[in-house]
Amino acid sequence: MSAVLKPKSKAIVCDGNEAAAWAVTLARVDMVAVYPITPQSSLVEYLAKFVADGKLNAEIVDVEGEHSVLSVLHGGALAGARTYTGTCGPGLAFMFEPYLRTPGLRMPLVMSIVTRDTLTPQSVWGGHQDAMSVREVGWVQMYCETVQEVLDTTIMAYKVAEHRDVMLPVNVCHDGNYLSYGAARVELPTQEEVDAFLPPPATNWHAALDPSRPMAVDPLTGGSGGPGPALFVRYRKGECAGMQHALAAIEAAHEDWARIVGRRHAPLVESYRMDDAETALVTLGSMTGAGKDAVDEARSRGQRVGLVKVKTYRPFPVQAIARALSGVKAVGVVDRSVSFGWNCGPLYQDVIGALQFASKRPAAMSFIGGLAGADITTDHFGRVIERVQALAQDGRAGETVWLNEKD
Amino acid sequence: MKQQSYPMFDSSQIPGDLCPIATKMNPMLPGDWRSMKPVVDRAKCVKCAVCWLYCPVQCVVEKAAWFDINLVTCKGCGICAKECPQRAISMVEEAS
Repeated sequence: MSAVLKPKSKAIVCDGNEAAAWAVTLARVDMVAVYPITPQSSLVEYLAKFVADGKLNAEIVDVEGEHSVLSVLHGGALAGARTYTGTCGPGLAFMFEPYLRTPGLRMPLVMSIVTRDTLTPQSVWGGHQDAMSVREVGWVQMYCETVQEVLDTTIMAYKVAEHRDVMLPVNVCHDGNYLSYGAARVELPTQEEVDAFLPPPATNWHAALDPSRPMAVDPLTGGSGGPGPALFVRYRKGECAGMQHALAAIEAAHEDWARIVGRRHAPLVESYRMDDAETALVTLGSMTGAGKDAVDEARSRGQRVGLVKVKTYRPFPVQAIARALSGVKAVGVVDRSVSFGWNCGPLYQDVIGALQFASKRPAAMSFIGGLAGADITTDHFGRVIERVQALAQDGRAGETVWLNEKD
Repeated sequence: MKQQSYPMFDSSQIPGDLCPIATKMNPMLPGDWRSMKPVVDRAKCVKCAVCWLYCPVQCVVEKAAWFDINLVTCKGCGICAKECPQRAISMVEEAS
């Protein structure tokens, strides 16, 4: 037994928004720009309170809208600051122009998306549609299952974003309503642990607003007929390489977190009771808890069902998904959003794409639930399991199932 | 021929595929690529300062009895000539 006592961590009860604010505080963020929007508002209120209380030594910038929020943070990051914001739904939409520019400038910002279903119909409730709508922009995106995972992942996000081989912005997605307002017991790591985990910020070694290194940031590369398009390709490929490096950086950050703080989360995908599974559910975010309960119930009835939770959604862990689902007969992918034009969920699209690389390709079906804050209960998951069991028997995948259609 | 560009600092440690930044200074000024230049007729100039007010690059320079043009930064847009109430400024083609 070690004679060295670890500093005691503290347990608190808080919701996901407060947990994210604690993470930002522990990560010693220098600059926060905010514009409140449901269900993110209390997150930035907590941050404002932590700054007012002297817990967080950061500059809070209240601006007139989300477009300015992210633009202000661009300036902060280029000046060397560790930066943070959070938004969702219409706020994310208003932020879109600087949101597009962030990964191309390789700025390691961290931004929570407190996921919300998009307009229209009018909705202020949870759903992944906002985050899913920006999945191809080049931000790293991780989805959390629990309040504890929100806290831990938000700190880990800085280590991933600022990794020299990554240098990309990270979205930490936590479900509006269910995680934003759901309170749970949370272990707060000590400042010493977080300091040991997270090095000082390194955000502008490559692109800077720095009089000692004068440079033009984001000039035109030039059009057809000159070297411009080839230069453009070089930057695009660099961004793709950064995205692929993020897979290893995310795994390394989770490993370091487990070593220093003593808590282990699955970095890319989590396999739950998959060892001898014949069928599998694939889930994203807070629905996973109910999914695991439903799997336990099915297991107690003797059904060989497992669950694969996708934590890292961008970059998509193609090989990890293919490995996790190789060998099962049927897969049911449960989405909390819609891919218009494919008439299925977007995670389903990604999963069937990844299954091309599986050694044995299972049949798969798309399930959509939890739109506009609807609960996906163990009963809903029970229906998914029944349908996937039938799929394993006959191999005939039907149309997308809308789980809350007849609630 | 003017020097085209020179590095502003040693950027060799920044990967070339990371993100678009320009680290070389191009010293060219508008006077290096102007096609027409303004010429002030001192006899007509009444020093009303209209050219000085309108010049978009602020290259109009005040002299004792008239306004002159700094041809290093003048881009030859001709706004001063157009606005001059005394018709004291004419645009003259640059020698090739």
